[in-house]
Amino acid sequence: MTTKTTISGIANQQIFANTLVELARNDKDVYAVTSDSRGSGKLEAFGEEMPEQIVEVGIAEQNLVGVAAGLASTGKKVYAVSPSCFLSARAIEQIKNDICYSDNPATMVGISAGVSYGALGSTHHSIHDLAVLRAINNISIVVPADNYETDMVVNATYGAMHPHFIRLGKRPLYDLPRLDNTFEIGKASVIKNGTDLVIFANGETVCFAYEAALELAKEGIDVAIISMHTIKPLDEKAILKWCNKCAAVMTVEEHSLHGGLGEATATLLMKNSIYKPFKLLAIPDEYTITGNQLEILGHYDISKEGIYKHAKTILH
Amino acid sequence: MSTPKYTDSELTIKSLHYRKQVLQYIKKANAGHTGGSLSCLDILNVLYNDVLNVNPHTIKHPDRDRYIQSKGHSVEALYVVLAGAGFYPESELEKMGQYKSHFIGHPTKKIPGVEQNTGGLGHGLPIACGTALSAKKDGKHYKVFTLLGDGEMAEGSNWEAAMFAAHQKLDNLVAIIDRNTLQITGRTKDVVNSDNLGDKFTAFGWAFTEMDGHNISDIRNKLSQIPLEPTKPSLVIANTVKGKGVSFMEDERKWHHKVPSDEELTLAISEIDNALATIIV
Repeated sequence: MTTKTTISGIANQQIFANTLVELARNDKDVYAVTSDSRGSGKLEAFGEEMPEQIVEVGIAEQNLVGVAAGLASTGKKVYAVSPSCFLSARAIEQIKNDICYSDNPATMVGISAGVSYGALGSTHHSIHDLAVLRAINNISIVVPADNYETDMVVNATYGAMHPHFIRLGKRPLYDLPRLDNTFEIGKASVIKNGTDLVIFANGETVCFAYEAALELAKEGIDVAIISMHTIKPLDEKAILKWCNKCAAVMTVEEHSLHGGLGEATATLLMKNSIYKPFKLLAIPDEYTITGNQLEILGHYDISKEGIYKHAKTILH
Repeated sequence: MSTPKYTDSELTIKSLHYRKQVLQYIKKANAGHTGGSLSCLDILNVLYNDVLNVNPHTIKHPDRDRYIQSKGHSVEALYVVLAGAGFYPESELEKMGQYKSHFIGHPTKKIPGVEQNTGGLGHGLPIACGTALSAKKDGKHYKVFTLLGDGEMAEGSNWEAAMFAAHQKLDNLVAIIDRNTLQITGRTKDVVNSDNLGDKFTAFGWAFTEMDGHNISDIRNKLSQIPLEPTKPSLVIANTVKGKGVSFMEDERKWHHKVPSDEELTLAISEIDNALATIIV
């Protein structure tokens, strides 16, 4: 296993934009649809180079998704890009009806997701998005952990026949090591092997889990790290395999404790009569504390230190 | 210009037959939006039998005209007209609202000819904008029609799309508003006033006209003039009567989604048959 990490210092949403530019250069049917969001979506370069392939709807998320549905219905390869807090709330009926129910195969891209906006507060946080979207039929939901997974998921959704939602953050990230270099929507990625504890995480929290696992390894605690980049469809086979293999289970996510990766994992374990020590790390159901992204996450132990602490607790 | 497939009288007769079918199949399904289906039926008749360049053999053709029914609750009119235009046998209408049927109570793409699943209000116009924009991008000449209810105009998404359509100069886009002045709660002017829609859309940058939504000749005439003005999307307000064609249903709020009793159905069919008897072909 390779443990060396590459510091790229690039946000996943920048990688998304870079990859989309490459796709759009070679295919005039690739469209970005934005709601006054090309700046935060890192799509200015896209717009400058290919102005005919970016559609600006203004600050109008419902129309963003409706227009995306119409474009997708005619064969355009559409990426509708908007802050996840607005996209997954204001336009949820359009996602449900116009995209998913009508099976117009656009890809929704929720940017600055989770608590990326930090001190801007709850209006700008999206810790509900995965819960809401999981309950909608006919959409695959991907929360890439790093630049590699982001690049891969953008390529994987190119020309997709059905709807997708990609959830991205804006914090610069490094590329995690991984046991193989394959990526497939719906298949968990193994970042690190282990037997004492398995941690399922997604998005920007995977690196916290990985860093905690490195600390724990120094004490002889062998922790498996799995990037559950696809929360729907959930790779149930991988979860069951790793839960059977490891003595305890932890989930970590930048999301409400309701309806996210933790609850999905717990439900699966219960359904399969797997009873092991279990810790769910997520944002509790309360008015979220004020701070920057790392301060908020750290407050709720969604951090290297928090994961380390809870891993020690759960294993004793 | 090619000769129309049907004369005005022939289309008028079709409308009367469609009205009977709408009532009969709503009765059989024991559910449906009676009043709204009868108010938009003449418009759909003209669209599918005269205006749209789509037929059962071209429902996937990339250059076909598109019709998206935003006021999805009036689906019975759409299902009946599509059957009449040959998209599927009329016998299929027997399945409306039945257990495991594809004939859902709002438009569904499971039914041949239906372009989009609709039913939540305020969705058709944004989707139509994207569809029309795609034609512009590709230099295609198809048109996109969407039908909205006047009560539906309270939905904010319509106004997002109205701004967008004018900004993008979508003169291949046509919004038809079924202006029957009633919604489930009462008169539209009493619920949230939707008067002066023409002025409102004109202010947004649209071209605007009105038509008698039950006059076949007027509907044909107005819908053949699209775009009403170059570089502008077109708004056509269809002045209609909810429950049109059955005296005791006309302009009555209670017929929004009331199912006729046996006696009411008999009486309604009798009225329509009498109207049919007066048509001179």
